[in-house]
Amino acid sequence: MRAFLLSRLSQSLVLLVIVSIIGFVILNLTPGGPLAQHGLAPGMTQADIDRIQEQLGLNRPLWIQYLDWAWRLLQGDWGRSFRDGTSVTTVIGRHLFATLLLMGTSTAIAIAIGTWIGIRGATHRYSLFDYLATIGAMVALSIPTFWFGLVGIYIFSLRLGWVPAGNMYTIGDGSVLNFLHHLILPSIVLSLVHVAVWSRYMRTATLDVISQDFVKTARAKGLSERRVLMKHVVGNALLPMITLAGMQLPSILTGALVTETVFTWPGMGRLFLDSLGYSDYPVVMGLLMFSAVLVVLGNLIADIVVAVVDPRIRLA
Amino acid sequence: MTKRSGTLSYSRRDALRLMALGGAAGLVAPNLLGKPAFGQTPPSKPTGRIIVGLSQEPTVFNPLMTKIEVDDGVHFSLFDALFRVDPQGVIQPNLATEVPSLKNGGISEDGLRWRIRLRDNVRWHDGAPFTAEDVKFTLELITNPKFRSWRTAGHSLVRDITVVSPQEITWRMEQAFAPYLSFLTETFIVPKHILEKEADPNTAAFNQAPVGTGAFKWGKRLAGDHLELVANPDYFGEGPYVNQLVFKYIPDVTVLYTQFKSGDIDLVGQTYITPDNYQEARKLRDRVVTLVPRPTVEGIYFNLERPQFKELAVRQAVYAAIDRKAILEGLYYGVPSPTETFMPRQSFYHNPNLPVQEFSVKQAREILDKAGWVPGRDGIRAKNGVRLSFTNSTTSGDHLREQVQQFLKQSLAEIGIEMTISNLPAAVIWGDFWGKSQFDTVIVGITYLIGADPDVTNRFHSRAIAAKGGRGSNNAQYVNPEMDALLEQGTRTFDPDERRSIYHKVQELIRRDLPFLPLYQSTAVHGRKSAIQGVVPNPNTRTESWKAASWYRGS
Repeated sequence: MRAFLLSRLSQSLVLLVIVSIIGFVILNLTPGGPLAQHGLAPGMTQADIDRIQEQLGLNRPLWIQYLDWAWRLLQGDWGRSFRDGTSVTTVIGRHLFATLLLMGTSTAIAIAIGTWIGIRGATHRYSLFDYLATIGAMVALSIPTFWFGLVGIYIFSLRLGWVPAGNMYTIGDGSVLNFLHHLILPSIVLSLVHVAVWSRYMRTATLDVISQDFVKTARAKGLSERRVLMKHVVGNALLPMITLAGMQLPSILTGALVTETVFTWPGMGRLFLDSLGYSDYPVVMGLLMFSAVLVVLGNLIADIVVAVVDPRIRLA
Repeated sequence: MTKRSGTLSYSRRDALRLMALGGAAGLVAPNLLGKPAFGQTPPSKPTGRIIVGLSQEPTVFNPLMTKIEVDDGVHFSLFDALFRVDPQGVIQPNLATEVPSLKNGGISEDGLRWRIRLRDNVRWHDGAPFTAEDVKFTLELITNPKFRSWRTAGHSLVRDITVVSPQEITWRMEQAFAPYLSFLTETFIVPKHILEKEADPNTAAFNQAPVGTGAFKWGKRLAGDHLELVANPDYFGEGPYVNQLVFKYIPDVTVLYTQFKSGDIDLVGQTYITPDNYQEARKLRDRVVTLVPRPTVEGIYFNLERPQFKELAVRQAVYAAIDRKAILEGLYYGVPSPTETFMPRQSFYHNPNLPVQEFSVKQAREILDKAGWVPGRDGIRAKNGVRLSFTNSTTSGDHLREQVQQFLKQSLAEIGIEMTISNLPAAVIWGDFWGKSQFDTVIVGITYLIGADPDVTNRFHSRAIAAKGGRGSNNAQYVNPEMDALLEQGTRTFDPDERRSIYHKVQELIRRDLPFLPLYQSTAVHGRKSAIQGVVPNPNTRTESWKAASWYRGS
């Protein structure tokens, strides 16, 4: 186990370094840069722009900028946003909570409903329910989420007036109820895709297990169908889903790019889009490293959990 | 500059056109006079809340630091400058008690010595008194080489700042620079007693919790969502009449408009209502939607160093081939107004006697024939080995401009000019591509004036070409010694009437030489709930929220 962890961790570190170099280079090689937004500011001269460029250290050779950034990062300094001068960790911290709430809720909904649909689809294979679930999943997967968002806003907010058209809460009303009311539509819209993915995987996993010999043995023992399903089928079918959950962990914290924009939700996805638009290099790099670490961690955790719950797997 | 322009309201023709559109001018006019509609009066103490929707997020709260347009509204509400430019383009005292001039002795005859007298009844939001020391600190901070100030023009000429008394300050200018007064209308004064304690003004705590003298105090901010300011009951000026002023960030212009319709926001701020929604917005119930002229002029910029554009005849021919009427009415729903100059029509310095462009394909062809540009085998004209072929660029994703480009491409093909379209994202195009003149032609909207000052040295002086090592933004690379002399004379002249004749001449030269082809002067479609009163647009500022202190909620 220790050897496994050590080798996985060292692999991950190499991966993170590579990700950071690629990200840094691509970001900096994009023409334009963080001062392009001031190119049309009245009264701001090219001399002003050159001066600010120097103050930000952007006229140094790229590799020096990278080493400087990486060295500071190792010491725990993520840098400061070019836009407002606050530290990158503060900027991320300000947006993390909103995303965590939205993505956490939608993932929870998705896992609960997806698991149920998947199991039912497998146990009632080729039934009407199974066909409808399959078609539904295909539709949910092929239509972009933001489109669902816009349609949802049109029907449920503008036409029916049941839920707000966006925002995290009404300004001036900070109550939990008001917040939950705002959470309904975006979390349902976001969970649609996840339900689709989750139910398809769950269906396949259940089908794999259902035809195994130990399930037949359990039935032969005279266990009730319900008990067979809950104890022998679902437990085993959920194993591969742990890996899937591990892969979804990053998205819970990094947010949804477009959906957050459609619902004016002040989360991480929108922060990423905005920072990219303003070429706010420190924040973009911070978000990139943050999600890279989460991807690595998510996979690692999934591997360990699978090994722990499934005694057949030995980590070596 | 201290003269009333008197031309802020629309010309008669415009007014008639707007009346025909449904009486929008009737809604604009009372606002321009600054009188609340329907005879309502503001409440005796701050009441209620007004939510302004913005399509970009204000993030810079130190008003001297590198900022974008949308930050301005917050700065105007939290801080004060020494002066303020009113909707008519007249500079009014704000933290100062009078506007210095040659006449009142505030500025010496040679324009070099300035004396400013300050109000004695102003306090910072934390209760400390505002004094001349704050002004001195502010002006020195701007030119501090370690500080990331957003612009230094004018300020870099200031020397020997002397605090004569808490209410009086003097300085000397390195050279006479009349536009400085206008720069000062956009230079917000920051508190010395707070910022002097900071080791690094770029990362000061103040920058995220600013303390000003303005009508509103810092409330709280939910990053990525909104910013709440609260009324400053001790404000020295008019207002404020609302308890809370909220700037709500809505990252998409369509959603911004949707939330205006749904009532989530009270007032549409930058980037306002898009022209394609104007007709629908006008008919909304309980909403006031008005056309407000902006100082931005949209045009096609030439890179005059490209061999195709060195000859005036080519620029003239391109101009003649543009069916501007079709573009403005067909693509822009008649919202903006055509112009022949960079000077906003509302300006005291606007030259109304410039020749008006006439759309004529025949004439365009004749100009090119006469100049010796003959069609080659592929139908594209050429002369001395130079083909009349170029690329045109603008911000990608700007659908209206993309349609204009398609239209231009077809029009120019008819006269034997080949135009290819190559658009770039905003974060790319307005960097070196624009700043260092790496383009052939660009469609761009530019605000030429600082406040209401007519100086355009930064745009048209031969020493302002960054691609040739200059300091400014003469991106067309326009060189004309006569222009240089006029611009230099203009910045040294303080008398408004004298300046008017100088800048009329400047506009004639630009219209003659066509370093850019003016398409139109921008008009913003403002929108607010009918209950919101006291809103006065000001085309001499970059924001709708230049004076939120006078806003209030009627019934």
